[in-house]
Amino acid sequence: MRSQTGSQLPSAQSRSGDGIDLVNVVKRFGETVAVSGADLSLPRHGRMSIIGPSGCGKSTILSMISGLLDPTEGVVRVEGATTMKERLARCAWMPQRDLLLPWRDVAGNAALALENHGISKKEARGRVLELIDRFGLSGFERKFPHQLSGGMRQRVSFLRTMAAGKDVLLFDEPFGALDSITRADLQQWLRRTLEETPRTTVLVTHDVEEALLLGDTVVVMSARPGRIVQTVDVELPQTENRRELIRHPAFAELRDELLSLLEVAE
Amino acid sequence: MTLAETIRSSRTKAPTPGERQTRRQQRLTAVVKRILPPTGILLLVGVLWQVASDSFGVPKYILPSLSDIWTSASERWSDTFSSATRVTLQEVLIGFAFAIVVGVVIALALHLSATLRTAFMPLLIGSQAVPIVVIAPVLAIIFGYTLMPKVIVVALICFFSIVVNTMHGLSSVDPELIKVMRTLDASRWAILRRVEIPAALPSFFTGLRISATYASVGAVFGEFAGSLDGLGYVMIQATSQLQTDMVFVAIFILTFMSISLFLAVSIVERLVCPWARKEDRR
Ligand SMILES: Nc1ncnc2c1ncn2[C@@H]1O[C@H](COP(=O)(O)OP(=O)(O)O)[C@@H](O)[C@H]1O
Ligand SMILES: [Mg+2]
Repeated sequence: MRSQTGSQLPSAQSRSGDGIDLVNVVKRFGETVAVSGADLSLPRHGRMSIIGPSGCGKSTILSMISGLLDPTEGVVRVEGATTMKERLARCAWMPQRDLLLPWRDVAGNAALALENHGISKKEARGRVLELIDRFGLSGFERKFPHQLSGGMRQRVSFLRTMAAGKDVLLFDEPFGALDSITRADLQQWLRRTLEETPRTTVLVTHDVEEALLLGDTVVVMSARPGRIVQTVDVELPQTENRRELIRHPAFAELRDELLSLLEVAE
Repeated sequence: MTLAETIRSSRTKAPTPGERQTRRQQRLTAVVKRILPPTGILLLVGVLWQVASDSFGVPKYILPSLSDIWTSASERWSDTFSSATRVTLQEVLIGFAFAIVVGVVIALALHLSATLRTAFMPLLIGSQAVPIVVIAPVLAIIFGYTLMPKVIVVALICFFSIVVNTMHGLSSVDPELIKVMRTLDASRWAILRRVEIPAALPSFFTGLRISATYASVGAVFGEFAGSLDGLGYVMIQATSQLQTDMVFVAIFILTFMSISLFLAVSIVERLVCPWARKEDRR
């Protein structure tokens, strides 16, 4: 396959250094200790899920990795970068709400990052068109967010995140606001997308099944103060689809393990 | 991609001619529903006015009948009202444009700099406490009977609601969206240009609509303080000669001017930010 046509996901340039490292990270907001002494390590193109009760500091950890926040103590390293600015340059972040710009159509929303890189509006649109195709959104280029269903909007939000061409993707409960059918559909779709174009991924979720489906390690956190209880490696057989995987005994076993860890964490 | 396909097929279906027909009809009834009530009320008021002035023998210099007003409008249009309307309209439009430019510049500056905001906000609010009625004569002394003092009065009356509403719009952007933009490598300028300014447009237009209704009042104030032509000038002359019908003609023209400006702003708004209405309807 020849490249230069722009038909690829913008290639995440391989940089020296590896994945993500958190060393003894503490984050305080005044009196509140949001994260107390977290250590994490994720290799390049590894996939990590973080689960835990709400308020345990999951979003805070994600913000610190992304470079939107700095830790109070400790070190956050993303592909060797430690300053906020350098981390921001390496990470794309996507929250629960799609936050699409209502005055831009699908292609215009997807093209935002490219335009921010100084590429002209027209060229940026052209470059994302092929991505739109890949994301199963062809025919929707000119639709505006208010014309799309919740699932479609979130898909566009994923597309906008991916189009930034970052090596590190940070998702904060991206399926949280969707109904269960749409959520299952998007989980399957994200799994496949990440297999086709591997990225270093951290996914925060409430949902144990989702954590197992999308992560190859699952980090369990507990609240007050937020800390890491355990890191579980996910080793599951290759299956055709999501439903088969969920039915698998090995999956059930891991799910039980995580649920019991969460009960302790509450 | 089964989900995508179902949604796609249901969405991209073209409307049949029949559907199009009913849609057009619905739109027509919607327009009629909006226009009918205000027209009815206006007609009712007009009839009552005419009956009252005809049958109760109210003197013409207190309440002229509508037909008297119409007569004086048509008789005095060419020698008085056409030029007065032109003069006042010019003051209103130039003053309004001036207010938009100044208002937007101030709103952007105060939005971008917290220091400027704390420094100038009290002054800005204070400026609204100064009565225009007092400022207008001072301006007339400084600039004479020229266009300038009227333009300044119109702009002074109009710019505040533009500043306040635009600033509100600029700062109403979801902080989480700003964070998303930062991880999409947006500079401060890119965030302003691609997110904050478009997001502020609906509020900006709200500010414009409010000040559009004030603008003609400003022009009249300006003319009261010293002028040689314009609808305010005509009103002053007519009042002193007990030509109340002339005053009413001027009032009607001013009202028409305000409503037209208001509608013009609304139409531009609809063209510039069509998404705003659609988002609301969701
Ligand atoms: N900007 C902030 N200022 C003050 N407290 C915060 C801030 N962000 C988060 N917190 C607090 O830190 C704790 C962890 O929050 P968060 O990371 O959002 O939890 P989670 O995402 O796991 O639900 C909570 O107690 C929250 O109230
Ligand atoms: Mg959270």
